[in-house]
Amino acid sequence: MSVAYSDGTESLRDINLSIPEKATTVLFGPAGGGKSTLLRTLNRLNDLADVVDCQGHVWLDDVDILSPKVDVIELRRRVGMVFARPVVLPLTIRENLTYGLELSGEQNRSRLDDAVERSLHNAALWEEVHDRLDEPASSLSGGQQQRLCLARSLALEPDIILLDEPTSGLDPISTGKVETSLSHLKQDYTIVLVPHSIQQAARTADFAAFFLGGELIEYAVGRQIFTNPRDQRTEDYVEGRFG
Amino acid sequence: MINSEGIHTAPRGGALRRKRIQRFGFLGMTLATALTVTPILLIVAHIYSTGMPAISLPFLTEIPRDGMRAGGILPAIVGTFWLTLGTALVAVPLGVGAAIYLSEYASDNRWTRAIRVAIINLAGIPSVVYGLFGLGLFVLFLGFGTSLLAGSLTLAIMTIPVIISTAEEALRAVPNSFRVVSISLGATQWQTIRRIVLPQALPGILTGIILGLERAAGETAPILFTVAAFFLPRLPTSIFDASMALPYHLFVISTQVPGMPIKIQYGTAVVLLTFVLGMNIIATVIRSRARARRRW
Repeated sequence: MSVAYSDGTESLRDINLSIPEKATTVLFGPAGGGKSTLLRTLNRLNDLADVVDCQGHVWLDDVDILSPKVDVIELRRRVGMVFARPVVLPLTIRENLTYGLELSGEQNRSRLDDAVERSLHNAALWEEVHDRLDEPASSLSGGQQQRLCLARSLALEPDIILLDEPTSGLDPISTGKVETSLSHLKQDYTIVLVPHSIQQAARTADFAAFFLGGELIEYAVGRQIFTNPRDQRTEDYVEGRFG
Repeated sequence: MINSEGIHTAPRGGALRRKRIQRFGFLGMTLATALTVTPILLIVAHIYSTGMPAISLPFLTEIPRDGMRAGGILPAIVGTFWLTLGTALVAVPLGVGAAIYLSEYASDNRWTRAIRVAIINLAGIPSVVYGLFGLGLFVLFLGFGTSLLAGSLTLAIMTIPVIISTAEEALRAVPNSFRVVSISLGATQWQTIRRIVLPQALPGILTGIILGLERAAGETAPILFTVAAFFLPRLPTSIFDASMALPYHLFVISTQVPGMPIKIQYGTAVVLLTFVLGMNIIATVIRSRARARRRW
């Protein structure tokens, strides 16, 4: 698969990658390597960006999601996304969580309440917010907001969760909470994570892909790539010689 | 120079001079503000103190008598009310719709940029030009005659650019990240606009609408040829009726009728001013309320 922006900045060249189900796959490498572009291709958020050329195929359950025939709305419900900066919608905590479900037509009060509780538990946020669900989401701290964003994706019961440096703005304690909930979630969800540090990559990866300048340099089981990389460039990056 | 906390500071003399310049600038700006505000306050005070004695229930609810030198101004009040309402019915949906299109759907290219420039220029066209345009298009060509319909449409055309530019600005002030997040949760673009963008932009849009309508309510030139009657001592019964209107009535009794009691002139001004200021206060209340419950 290849992706190019109209201004030619960040692009991907000939990426071939198969992401395993119910595991955490980490995409890492220096900035500008194409990790976010790849992530945004997986739920077609690149449709909103200035992409001029996107060639190739992304197969999800035998369906090419890049095909123009794909129902993009449905795809985005199956493939959730958490962004680097926590962006809570200007609604209450509860409304943030039920937003996607209500848009898809769910009106049943108890099913919505169940989704709220379940997703907050999964994102390790229930204890902190269960008695203030009708307060504005913006009243939460940064770390709580980011976990709310994770919960908001989970509420839609997606198959895949994409996370683009989800802890880059968080303190170590909040980061720990997010990583812990991710490690539980991978039993039920396929997780694709762009970590904000090489340490986080090493901590969380079941599988890891190293990107450099828009190319996939190396893709392997996490432990192997961080302890015994095959490619010299991967080794240099993992050992901190550049980037 | 380094002070006791080890922080570099400018030499004493420089600090003193800067302080003096600061005080001087501050004084200048206070003076400028005072010079702007004082005349406005004086005008308002003058109009209210001279005009208030004329205000009475008969003045507000009766039709003019004795060549407008006595009686009330009800037809003008009613006319201005209907004109403002008619303007709102036409200008608000068109203006807000165009703003949504320009801000949310239209791509940024040469055409939309040209349209934006045109809208800004339209907002600056003298109102008498709109009046002539309305006369040509609505009164004569479309055959609406001198009527509330022609007047409302003319005022609407004048108001639409104001509403478009303020509403578009309010829509653009909504952070783009809200749109991306909403889309990523499986919302369509219209769902995103209706549930996230519009509620956030609403106070700004409402302010723009009210300021635009307020201007329309107070204009004389656009209604001069399209709706306003010099003297019509009855209330309009259909949108094809001509009508009196407050600004034009004020113009007439101030310049065209000899022997006009000054009390009635100022009384009319008080009513018009109260109408417009009232709308302004509503806009301010809406804005501050919305700011108080803003959720981010």
